[in-house]
Amino acid sequence: MPFSLHDLYLLLPEAFLLFAVCGLIAVDLLVKPSQRDVTHWLAIGVLVATLALVVYSVAPGRGFSGMFVHDAVSRLLKVFILLIVIAVFVYARNYLKDRKLYVGEFYILCLFATLGMMLLVSAGSLVMIYVGLELLTLSSYALVALNRDSPLSSEAAMKYFVLGALASGILLYGMSMIYGATGTLDLKSIHELVASGVGDNKVLLTFGLVFLVAGIGFKFGAAPFHMWLPDVYQGSPTAVTTFIGSAPKIAAFGMAWRLLEGALGGLHQHWGDMLAVLAVLSLGIGNVVAIAQSNLKRMLAYSTISHVGFLLLGLANGTPSGYAAAMFYAIAYAIMSAAAFGSILLLARAGFEAEEIDDFKGLNQRNPWYAFVVLLVMASLAGIPPLFGFFAKLLVLKAALDAGMLWLSIVAIVFAIVGAFYYLRVIKVMYFDAPVEKGVLALPHDIPLRWILSVNGAALLFLGLFFGPLLSWCYRAMGAG
Amino acid sequence: MMQSLLSILIWLPIVGGFAVLALGTHRAKGARWLALAVAIVTFIVSIQLLTGYDAAAGTMQFIEQHRWIAAINANYHLGVDGISVALIVLTTFVTVLVILGAWDSVHDKVNQYLAAFLVLEGLMVGVFCALDALLFYVFFEGMLIPMFIIIGIWGGPRRVYATLKFFLYTFFGSIFMLVGLIYLYTQSNSWELSQLAALKLTLEQQSWLFFAFLIAFAVKVPMWPVHTWLPDAHVEAPTGGSVILAAIMLKIGGYGFLRFSLPITPDASQHFAWLLIALSLVAVIYVGFVALVQEDMKKLIAYSSVSHMGFVTLGIFISLALVRVGGNKDAAYLGVSGAMVQMISHGFVSGAMFSCVGVIYDRMHTRMIKDYGGVVNTMPWYAAFVVLFAMANCGLPGTSGFVGEFMVILASFQSNFWIAALAAFTLIIGAAYTLWLVKRVIWGDVTNDHVAKLKDINAREALVLGTFAAATLLFGIWPAPLTHLMDASIKHIVDQLLIVKVG
Repeated sequence: MPFSLHDLYLLLPEAFLLFAVCGLIAVDLLVKPSQRDVTHWLAIGVLVATLALVVYSVAPGRGFSGMFVHDAVSRLLKVFILLIVIAVFVYARNYLKDRKLYVGEFYILCLFATLGMMLLVSAGSLVMIYVGLELLTLSSYALVALNRDSPLSSEAAMKYFVLGALASGILLYGMSMIYGATGTLDLKSIHELVASGVGDNKVLLTFGLVFLVAGIGFKFGAAPFHMWLPDVYQGSPTAVTTFIGSAPKIAAFGMAWRLLEGALGGLHQHWGDMLAVLAVLSLGIGNVVAIAQSNLKRMLAYSTISHVGFLLLGLANGTPSGYAAAMFYAIAYAIMSAAAFGSILLLARAGFEAEEIDDFKGLNQRNPWYAFVVLLVMASLAGIPPLFGFFAKLLVLKAALDAGMLWLSIVAIVFAIVGAFYYLRVIKVMYFDAPVEKGVLALPHDIPLRWILSVNGAALLFLGLFFGPLLSWCYRAMGAG
Repeated sequence: MMQSLLSILIWLPIVGGFAVLALGTHRAKGARWLALAVAIVTFIVSIQLLTGYDAAAGTMQFIEQHRWIAAINANYHLGVDGISVALIVLTTFVTVLVILGAWDSVHDKVNQYLAAFLVLEGLMVGVFCALDALLFYVFFEGMLIPMFIIIGIWGGPRRVYATLKFFLYTFFGSIFMLVGLIYLYTQSNSWELSQLAALKLTLEQQSWLFFAFLIAFAVKVPMWPVHTWLPDAHVEAPTGGSVILAAIMLKIGGYGFLRFSLPITPDASQHFAWLLIALSLVAVIYVGFVALVQEDMKKLIAYSSVSHMGFVTLGIFISLALVRVGGNKDAAYLGVSGAMVQMISHGFVSGAMFSCVGVIYDRMHTRMIKDYGGVVNTMPWYAAFVVLFAMANCGLPGTSGFVGEFMVILASFQSNFWIAALAAFTLIIGAAYTLWLVKRVIWGDVTNDHVAKLKDINAREALVLGTFAAATLLFGIWPAPLTHLMDASIKHIVDQLLIVKVG
């Protein structure tokens, strides 16, 4: 397969990341466990450098015979994926240290997963999507099992692996049918073939589509393919949950968009309805079951399912402004989710996970500032203005109403009210209940951790008031008005 | 400064609130003085609004318009007419009194308490001057969080239940309005209230929108049968919270009807005016009876608030019937004016009543009527104030409570004798439950030792109650400044009522 130097330029950020990770493995072998900070900061440095390469990279284009696409959408998604992974690393350090999990593997696996996400959002062919996805998920399986001594963690990893492998299989099966129907793996060619009508292969194509949507549903954690998600979120070490709960949602959006719009845009009438069903189920199951949870990580897992429902609602209407709204939602959700799990990481210390909702009791009396930050995060997740989460919901609702999906919008907001209840309960516990332990909260000595949470919380307020530039960026990337 | 007066009024209390918050929980005294200073400065600034406003014109003034989010055409668009000015000054005025009232009665996390009220003040002012629907909604919903915290932290024994109920009810209501607003945006590509008002809509569209708005504002007012959050919230809220809820937050519902329902969905409003009038009458009469049997003072006043707010919605929707069916503009004007005067007056009277309950609650820590009796013997000054506010609550001529109700009843007479008769009937019920409350709490012999040990109000409490009393009497005897302020704006609204948007 011939390729030019231009192709390599396109791939520069990914190539850099790959070589840097390989280098990091070698460095990590050389440093003593007491000097693990070297790995930590180098990993962050690698991400910052990759981010710079993405931001200042060459003009958009397609490379490697269309396998790899670099366009406005992939750039936007990569920027936020990288920013969030950087934040996750800062969040994670203290927690890992306290639990003897401060090992090079965490960083290496996360970086490989990041590489997978970057390839995924830049994929130009079915194969590339599969490769990127597997790089992401295989790294994630191992990350979930990072704490080998914990039975819960191992069980979660096992569940994740079995169901994840099944999902990958389903996805691959769907891809093979699409390939069978169109005779090509290239997303753009598939798009053209579908648009021009491929005759008697319509049935095969639709069958393939069903499997693709199921696979996408699995990866997103949309109901009814959500079973793995609560167990994995709860069972993983919180630092890992922070990782798999945030940036991969952006990547999943990228994958769904490339597959559904990029390749099968002509079948919108079919997949639009499928996504709408998934969206309603996710909103319902996520929001209702979350109420019953007492474990915060599990509650946030169900909240993820409900947020995925909202995201799919944006995706389902199949218009550029709907995609832009869904993309905005994915980014907003990843930022909120990082902050939500980050607040658990802040309160956790050696021998204390702080993952029960009751562990937040009376936080306002023990540390008003962080109670306020968590308040911002919860209010934003609940979608209360003027926070970021509200505007993300607003844009999805607007796109849905634009497309005439009135009833779906009403279902979505009814569940948003249900959802408000369990977020409020966290605020209630922090502000209205008496603390279990007396005295001022003993904060970890990790200054970057404290700062990143404060900044992340404040960003929810700031981005809520001034989300214009980000929204314009999303609209421009999607070519929406 | 004059061109950004409204922004100052919104952001000064919010920034001040965060400054108070930053003082930390241990510097209670500093927090009190700083909060008071911020509230007083805000009040003084709002006086500028009153003096600078050209009442004769009745148009939107002090306009500020900046691009907020270009991608969805949202603007930071502020402006006030006479109605808004009156409500904004009420807000800044009551906030000063609330902060004064909390001086000795709140000791726990003082800085957070005061900060919540200041932030709330800024947001409420924002609601009254937003001319962009999205901006309005942001302020409208943003208020929920501070109020949620206020009731939840400093409230009574069942505060958590009450505050969750308050939050979910209001959230439930307003989110349907959000869908309505987004729908309007998809139709007009604008969030500007003036453009939404100019948008042509079929009766079916209007009906859907009307009910979306109705749910939001009816919960806020609150109208029967969605009023049940209010007694709980009022009873459990700390004194300041009850005062702000009754005096200002309820008014936002009435204000919403005037700003959204009537201009945007005039035909549907006319179509369903009978429903609103019926619900208002139920609120006025039935809830009045409910108030009669209450044993908790705050609950009684809360139900009385629902009943009084019934006059507001009655006034608004009876005008609609008057002007669009009978073409009687003068009567319609009377109805809307009555509703507005009733809102302002109820702001003073209910705020004062809740402050009164707060005064004895601070001493006795009970709100039950049966725990009191013969308070006049130990607290003569206090008793004098209570009796005055009770008279205002019954709508006695010479107090502000009379003016609004009288105007609404007068307007109702021109529409339908029976509606007016039923509304007037409540004056009797109002007098019954209020005077009976006064009889049981204030008059008679001292019933128990706790009452015997009561000390009369101190200078600070006298200042708070005295200020409320002055306002009540002023607008009762001489309502002209108030009606003059709103006169042209209300005429403008009445003119708008005539616009037919269908077709």
